[in-house]
Amino acid sequence: MTPSSDRQPPKLVESSSSDRQAWLGVLARSSPADVAAAWSAVDLSPSFEVLRPAETGLVMVRGRQGGEGGAFNLGEMTVTRAVIRLASGETGVGYVSGRDKPHALTAAIVDALMQSPAHADSVRARMIEPLRRKREDARSEASRKAAATRVEFFTMVRERGPKT
Amino acid sequence: MSALDLSRVAPGFADPVHGSQASFRALMDALARPGRVQALASGPDTVPEGLDPAAAAIALTLFDIDTPVWLAPALRGGAAETFLRFHCSCPITGDPMAAAFALASAQTPEARLTGFQTGEEKYPDRSTTLVLMCPSLSGGRRLSLSGPGIKGDCEIEPSGLSDAFVSDWAATQSRFQCGVDVFLTCGRQTIGLPRTLSINEVRS
Repeated sequence: MTPSSDRQPPKLVESSSSDRQAWLGVLARSSPADVAAAWSAVDLSPSFEVLRPAETGLVMVRGRQGGEGGAFNLGEMTVTRAVIRLASGETGVGYVSGRDKPHALTAAIVDALMQSPAHADSVRARMIEPLRRKREDARSEASRKAAATRVEFFTMVRERGPKT
Repeated sequence: MSALDLSRVAPGFADPVHGSQASFRALMDALARPGRVQALASGPDTVPEGLDPAAAAIALTLFDIDTPVWLAPALRGGAAETFLRFHCSCPITGDPMAAAFALASAQTPEARLTGFQTGEEKYPDRSTTLVLMCPSLSGGRRLSLSGPGIKGDCEIEPSGLSDAFVSDWAATQSRFQCGVDVFLTCGRQTIGLPRTLSINEVRS
């Protein structure tokens, strides 16, 4: 039994919070199967301790109409979260939608690895970037398909903005 | 609320569901059989500075977002507070009268029974439950307990309790059914002292 406070905090990769938000977002939005496939491609098996085992719960999603109205409760969504700490000391959190516990755990491990100077670059190149590209491709494919079905109504007069 | 520093926070129960269920059962037994030492075996192996494993197990089992917790000044702002906020999401309060639970070392001068919420006549359950961490559950002053759950009477010898403990207990008892309940902890063990007990010092 050792008090946990005599451990020194690890040196972390300098990263802005928006950077971290970006990779956590990529991990959260990618499908569990994609994350699992990308993680096996990274081929790392770091040792870690689980601070908060993966658990599933509901999160109230709030919204604002038009981005500026009063906040209202849009609805609840299912979220699974996990927190782990690597043997080298970095703490990673994973929040993913759905109830896939391995997905949340992998997200937490990857988040911790992304903060470790030894692994950040390779994990970014082999996991985060491919997942981000895959998602962007899927998005642009979807918007391309949607754009192909656009209909221009010749009887309608397009509203013009105020003249500048 | 500021972001938690997770770089040092200790893990909770290894198995959250069964760990908290086993602890809950042990705490029920502790209150049903006052004075008998109960083991809280499922408590975490690593605990933050200032907490013992039994107190950490009680926190992980009973504290949640609806229970304001009063912390001894020595524990505030440290690893223990981070641990509680991370694992239990409980609000930390500085007002003992607003606290559902109080967590302190038994020697903490601020942790006198009379300073805490004893509930109201209509709602005696809205009282503070104190978790007092003792250096040892034996070798201290001999206290004689009697009341429901004890056949005749029994003795405990927790060390580290303040001199005023017995008189404070009698003072809160005078307003029964209002009152406070206490868990004494040390290591992985606890003794429950529900408000129904009468406690007397044994003079030898």
